Amino acid sequence: MKFAVLVFPGSNCDIDMYHAIKDELGEEVEYVWHTETDLSSFDGILVPGGFSYGDYLRCGAMANQSNIMAEVKKAADAGKPVLGVCNGFQILTEAGLLPGALLRNKNLKFMCRTIQLKVENNNTLFTNQYEQGQVINIPIAHGEGNYYCDGETLQKLKDNNQIVFTYSGENPNGSLADIAGIINERGNVLGMMPHPERAVDALVGGADGLAVFKSIVKQWRENHVNN
Amino acid sequence: MKKVKIFVTLRESILDPQGSAVQGSLAKMGYGEVEELRIGKYLELTISDSARDIDTLVKEMCEKVLTNVVIEDYRYEVEEAN
Repeated sequence: MKFAVLVFPGSNCDIDMYHAIKDELGEEVEYVWHTETDLSSFDGILVPGGFSYGDYLRCGAMANQSNIMAEVKKAADAGKPVLGVCNGFQILTEAGLLPGALLRNKNLKFMCRTIQLKVENNNTLFTNQYEQGQVINIPIAHGEGNYYCDGETLQKLKDNNQIVFTYSGENPNGSLADIAGIINERGNVLGMMPHPERAVDALVGGADGLAVFKSIVKQWRENHVNN
Repeated sequence: MKKVKIFVTLRESILDPQGSAVQGSLAKMGYGEVEELRIGKYLELTISDSARDIDTLVKEMCEKVLTNVVIEDYRYEVEEAN
């Protein structure tokens, strides 16, 4: 399986993403600069964290205007897996690929530490390697991760099982309904604030995030064997 | 030439923790009369004369990129500029 890791000016988790795929999973991966105009040769798209365009105007707003985002929308429409982490999640909401928005953390602090996440839905192409209800340890690192959407959208997210991860025990940022990660209706675009790519090696702080990437690959392999 | 002044604010239904923190500081300083403080953004655009309708142009820019309509409201003023 061949992954693209998008790189914007100010991305800073792109190398961790690349490492997770290349070194931990042994799959193919390439960096793709935001000015590129073709993602058709890739099977999965990873939108990494960081501070694209210095978070000017709103986090993710400027990145959403770059060339590559039209291609990300095409990939999402084609049913390819698209994963946005942290700033990547913010970019995907700005792009309208996921509902809602990420607001300033309720306590106004930038928080960088490991928290507990609950897997609310393991029946997705991003979470099939977790148990339903499993609690995992994943780092967060954000100042604007406070998920918000209107009541109607929240009901829809609940009804369709689109809430994939919630904060377990403590809600670090004030997110609505403790939401840490959501998926689109079709099930091929996931956005999450915590960083699974920073938890892929037990030697450096835990490997609970690896299953996100393993899930994507497993699902892809199954689809491509069956077809 | 036109000068367009755009005011962007968080929608009423959305908490503004930054505004609350500043309001708290004001209260400590003796300005307890301040009941609510909300922080927004101010954008000033200088726009050359063109065939395009200025209102359409400004609304389009606001809705496409300058604001996020999920969380923000905006209003604007258009002035003649030299």
